[in-house]
Amino acid sequence: MIKAEYLKKSVIAALWMVFLTFPIAVIKVNTIENTINWRWVNALFAGAAGFLFSYIWNYFQDKKNSPKNKSASSDRFVLLGNAAQTKSVKNAFYISVAVLAAVVPFAGPYQTTIFTTAMLYIILGLGLNIAVGMAGLLHLGYAAFYAVGAYTYALLHIHLGIGFWLALPIGGLVAAIFGIILGLPVLRLKGDYLAIVTLGFGEIVRIVLENWNEFSKGPSGISEIPGPWFFGMKLNSYQHIMYIYYVALILTILVIIFTNRLQSSRIGRALMAMREDEIASEAMGIDITKTKLTAFAFSAAIAGVAGVLFAAKTTFINPQSFTFMESAIILSIVVLGGMGSITGVIIAALVLILLPEYLRELGNYRMIIFGASMVLMMLFRPQGLISNVRKIYKI
Amino acid sequence: MSFEYFFELFLGGLSRGSIYALIALGYTMVYGIIELINFAHGEIYMIGAFTALIIAGILTFLGLNHFAVFVISILAAVIWASAYGFTIEKIAYKPLRKAPRLSPLISAIGMSIFLQNYVLIAQTDKYLPFPSVIPEFEFWEPYSHIIGSVELVILVLTAVIMTALTFLIKFTKIGKAMRATAQDRTMAMLLGVSVNKIISFTFILGSFLAAVGGVLVASQMGQINFGIGFMAGIKAFTSAVLGGIGSIPGAVLGAIVLGLTESFATGYISSDYQDVFAFALLILILIFRPSGLLGRATTQKV
Repeated sequence: MIKAEYLKKSVIAALWMVFLTFPIAVIKVNTIENTINWRWVNALFAGAAGFLFSYIWNYFQDKKNSPKNKSASSDRFVLLGNAAQTKSVKNAFYISVAVLAAVVPFAGPYQTTIFTTAMLYIILGLGLNIAVGMAGLLHLGYAAFYAVGAYTYALLHIHLGIGFWLALPIGGLVAAIFGIILGLPVLRLKGDYLAIVTLGFGEIVRIVLENWNEFSKGPSGISEIPGPWFFGMKLNSYQHIMYIYYVALILTILVIIFTNRLQSSRIGRALMAMREDEIASEAMGIDITKTKLTAFAFSAAIAGVAGVLFAAKTTFINPQSFTFMESAIILSIVVLGGMGSITGVIIAALVLILLPEYLRELGNYRMIIFGASMVLMMLFRPQGLISNVRKIYKI
Repeated sequence: MSFEYFFELFLGGLSRGSIYALIALGYTMVYGIIELINFAHGEIYMIGAFTALIIAGILTFLGLNHFAVFVISILAAVIWASAYGFTIEKIAYKPLRKAPRLSPLISAIGMSIFLQNYVLIAQTDKYLPFPSVIPEFEFWEPYSHIIGSVELVILVLTAVIMTALTFLIKFTKIGKAMRATAQDRTMAMLLGVSVNKIISFTFILGSFLAAVGGVLVASQMGQINFGIGFMAGIKAFTSAVLGGIGSIPGAVLGAIVLGLTESFATGYISSDYQDVFAFALLILILIFRPSGLLGRATTQKV
C-alpha cells in the first residue's frame, strides 16, 4: 500500500534525520592528530532509517484510526487481560514455566546463567511491583535495597562467617529495615517528589558504599563470596551454576506465590485502595502510615533476598552493579509488564533481560537497540503487555 | 585567608549553581506543561556539548579566530540541541499524551539510553579534550585566583539568559500561552492556544538552555564523554524539585542552593561525599516543605 501522502511525509522525515545526525554521526574530529574524518555513509543510513520509520509509523497510525479496526483491536487486549486471570490459562502458564525450567539446565552453563539472571530480575520486578504496581508509590532507587541485601551477605560472611541460607532471611530483614527508614520521611510526599527522593536515597547508598573503604572495601568491591551450602559437599563451578539455578527457581516460585497471595489478602487490598484514592481509603479505616510502610518494607525485603542470591551467584559484588540504571531497568520491567500484573512482570523480565543477553554479539549496538526497543514498546503498548484487569468477586 | 577561601567557594558554588539552573529550567518548564520527568534532558545537554566540540574542532582546523569559534560553536550547539529536543518530543512523548502516567517516563529512560549509546557509537567512549572556547582574559588582577574568567563568563551569561527568559515568559504573547497551557491545557486549547506548538516550543527552549549549559560546563571542565549527561541531569532535576517543580524562579533558587551546598561541603568537609550532601539536603528540605521551596502546596479536594 503506497500512498503519496506517506511518501511525502517520509521524505521530509528522512531529510530531517540527515540534518539531525549530521554533526555527531558524520564528522569525527581528532584534535590530537588534527584530522577530520567525514563519514557521509552514516548520513545515508540515518536518512534511510528516518524514511522507513516514518513510513511504518504513518501506516500504523492510519490503520489504528480507521473505524473498521478500532473496536476489534481494543477488544483483543481486554480479552488477553481477562485470559491471564482465568484459572486454566494460569495453570498452563505455570506448567510451561516449570517445563522450561527443567529443560534449561541441559542447554549448558552459559544458558543456565542467563536464565538465572532472568529469574533474579523476575524476583526484583515482582518486589518493585508491590510498591509501584499495587501501592502506586513511584520508586526510582530500588537498586539500593538490592545492594543492601548483597552487601549484608558479603559482610556477614567476611566478619562472622555466616552462610547463604542464614543470610537469606537476614538480608531480607535488613533491607526491610532500610525500606522503613526510607519510608518514614517520605510519608507526606507524593508522585514525582517521592520519585526524586527515592532516587536520591538510591544514589546515597551507592556513593556511601563506593567511598567508605573501611566498611565496604570501596569501588574494588568484595570478592570470593561463597555459593549456597549443599549438604556439606564442595561444588565445582559447573555444579555451582546448576545449583544456583535451582535455588533461584525455587525462590522465584515462592515469590510468585507470595505476591499472588498478597494481592488478594487484606494488606494487598489495602495497598490497592490506597493507590486508587488515599483519602477515601483512609475514610474506610485503612491506616495510611502503616500501609505505606508495609509496602516499602515488603518490596525492600524481596529486593534484599534477591541481593543475597545475586552475591552468591556472581561471588563478587561492587557498587557499580547497583546504579540508577539498575533501578530504571527494574522499573521498566514493572511498567512494561503492565502495572500490577504478575504474569506481565514475568514476561517483561524475560524480554528485557534475555533481549540484551542474546544481542551480546552485536557489541556496542546492543544497548542502542535496547533503548530503542524500550521506546517502541511503550509507543505500541503504553498500558503494558498485559493490562491488569480488576478481580471480580462472584457472589 | 579564611574569608577569601569562603568567598572563592561561594563564587564557585554560584557558577556551578547557575549551570544547574540552566538545565533545571528545561526540566521544570516541561514538567509544568505536560507533567513529565524528561529523563532524556541530560542527554540533550551532552549532545549540545558534543556538537560544540565537533564544530569548534572544524573551525579551529580552518584557522578562525578565538571569538568566532566561541560564537559559532555555541550557536551550532544550540541549533542542534533544540532540533534534538523537538524531535524527541515528537517521537517519544507526543504519541503517549493520553497513556498511563508512567509510560512516557519509561519512554524517556529508553530515549536516554538510546542517545547515550548513539553518541558512544558515532563518536567515542573515551573522554575527549574540550577546546577552551571561552577566552582567558585578565580583569581583576590581584584576586584572579578567586574568580577566573571562565566563571565570570558563566555568571554573566546565565544572568543575561535568565533575565531574557523571565521577560519572555512574563511579557510576551508566547510566554502567556505557555503559562496558560501549564495552568489548564484543555481550557487553553478552547481559548485558541495551539497547545502542540506550545509544547514543542517549550522543548526547544529547554534544549536551548541545556545546550548553553553544556558548552559552558564542558569548557570549564576541559573534557567530555558520552556519559556526562546523566549526573548533570539528575542534579538539575534535584534542583528543580528542591525549588518546587513547575516553578521557574524555584528552579533557579533550588539550583543555586544546591550549587552552594555542594561547593561548601566539598571545600569544608569532604569531596568524596559531595553528591551525598546534595541528596541529603533534598530529603531534609522535602521533609519540612513537601512541595519544594517555592512550590505551591496544593490543597486536596475531597
